[in-house]
Amino acid sequence: MKRDRKQRMTHLSVHVILIVFSLFFLIPIYIMLSTSLKTQAETLIFPIQLIPESWKFSNYSNVFTLIPFGRYFFNTTFISVMNIVGVLFSCPLAAYALARLQWKGREFIFYVTLGVMMIPYASTMVPVYMIFTKAHMIGSYWPLILPAFFGSPFFIFLLRQFFKGMPRDLEDAARVDGCSELDIYAKIFLPLTKPALLTIIIFQLINSWNDFMGPLIYLQESSKYTLQIGLQQFKLAHGTDWPSMMAAAFLISMPIVVLFFFMQKRFMEGITFTGIKG
Amino acid sequence: MMNAIRRQKYGWLFILPWLLGILIFYFYPLMSSFYYSFTEFNGFHVSRFVGFDNYAELIRDELFWISVKNTFVYAALAVPIGLVLGIFLSVMLNMKIKAQGIYRVIFFIPTLFPIVATGVLWQWLLNSQFGLVNYVLYELHLPQPSWFGDELWSKPSIVFIAQWCVGSDILVFLAGLQDIPNDYYEAATIDGSGPFRKFRYITLPLMSPVILYSVIMAMIGALQQFVLPFIVSNGTGGPANSTLFYNMLLYKNAFALFKMGQANAMAWMMFAAVMALTIFLNWTSKRWVHYMGE
Repeated sequence: MKRDRKQRMTHLSVHVILIVFSLFFLIPIYIMLSTSLKTQAETLIFPIQLIPESWKFSNYSNVFTLIPFGRYFFNTTFISVMNIVGVLFSCPLAAYALARLQWKGREFIFYVTLGVMMIPYASTMVPVYMIFTKAHMIGSYWPLILPAFFGSPFFIFLLRQFFKGMPRDLEDAARVDGCSELDIYAKIFLPLTKPALLTIIIFQLINSWNDFMGPLIYLQESSKYTLQIGLQQFKLAHGTDWPSMMAAAFLISMPIVVLFFFMQKRFMEGITFTGIKG
Repeated sequence: MMNAIRRQKYGWLFILPWLLGILIFYFYPLMSSFYYSFTEFNGFHVSRFVGFDNYAELIRDELFWISVKNTFVYAALAVPIGLVLGIFLSVMLNMKIKAQGIYRVIFFIPTLFPIVATGVLWQWLLNSQFGLVNYVLYELHLPQPSWFGDELWSKPSIVFIAQWCVGSDILVFLAGLQDIPNDYYEAATIDGSGPFRKFRYITLPLMSPVILYSVIMAMIGALQQFVLPFIVSNGTGGPANSTLFYNMLLYKNAFALFKMGQANAMAWMMFAAVMALTIFLNWTSKRWVHYMGE
């Protein structure tokens, strides 16, 4: 009896702590939304009004007139899709070679892959920029797309673990039947990795969609900008128009958030996996 | 025999794109950056070899030391705070309570927002006159700092914002917690251990490999902090250079001033610092990291 009460008290205090933190995580998002529906004058009232008085939905249409939102949306989507195609080509190939093919140097390349994960982006950013300068690709989308076609260490690592866990009988049977190595890869193993590939698609989408530094460095004409650069430019130009800025921030965040609610499980699993097995 | 040779060939064929990727995007850049760091270079052609001049110039540059200091102060605050908060919340979320799944989703949502949007949002929340945070502080009769307007508060503000995105660390810790066999806790209960002893002598030691990995990753991330300070200071690193982080100065040297030689010297120093810290953390880990089954 006494034990029971003690446990209930513990649970209650855990709930209190978790609710306080939930507020810390959720209230900012609520403020983003409510500010995005206020008039500019309303944002300058003290004390703060938590519910907008006017419900000014035109802040959202404003975003489309103040910056070429549709254009940026298309650009960002294009870059993201190309990156997804790139990693889907390069990463499973490398992971398969590291997990299931026998060749000299395999262990070595695997350790290099682990090491590459630790290389800070900043230390290769400038010299990689030089390479693209020499290739006359600055200002185009190539520097933002090409690297994906050569693989990404985190994804290769994730897929390698996935390939490793598959039974050997699969390929032995296929080999006896005279399948070529390419067939074994493309027709037997690749279809079985669909869940892991989906995780990779989601992560690459988030990376490309939210990337700021790449577009900042490589893009020059404003017609080529992405949503992230668009929001930054918007801030530089209309820094005190908080309602429109919140509307813009909300609009560029929504695609990923909506996607998350459809594929919650994949998201969570993916983070856990890339995080823990390093 | 034929098979073995054939498979050798396929191994190299399959790894080829990634092998090229390693060479083009990691190995060659690091090597060329090392070379460029000893030259005077505007990004198009090397005009001359200058020895250690770029390094010497940086060491004499006041801004360089300001950026190093800012970055280390930030990392020294953000990494431990993020670690403690992450472990604390993941332990809470790992308890068998109602609505556990809902809490996890709520904690994770902020990590989905692009950093640019997060930066813009928090700049509004931390607005000194009309922001929510200062309004709450006002109601509580607490002092209301001007956050990004004050050189003393600007870095802590960025540390604070970074904690809003602690959700992905929490998931990593949660996975680590779920790997700990329940028997250990049951045995400890029988021995009469309370929750704090269990945490200290079971949870922490068994979580230590996960903790090591997250500390290394968090450190690399913190030393490279760029987007948040860039957004909230509109790229200036102000007020009074208090949010001028290492990477912002590197960015400025490379892409605004076209001092590519110096930028490459900075890139190399960052690489060396991260490697040294990673090796150091790994070395200390012998004392505090326990692997299961040892």
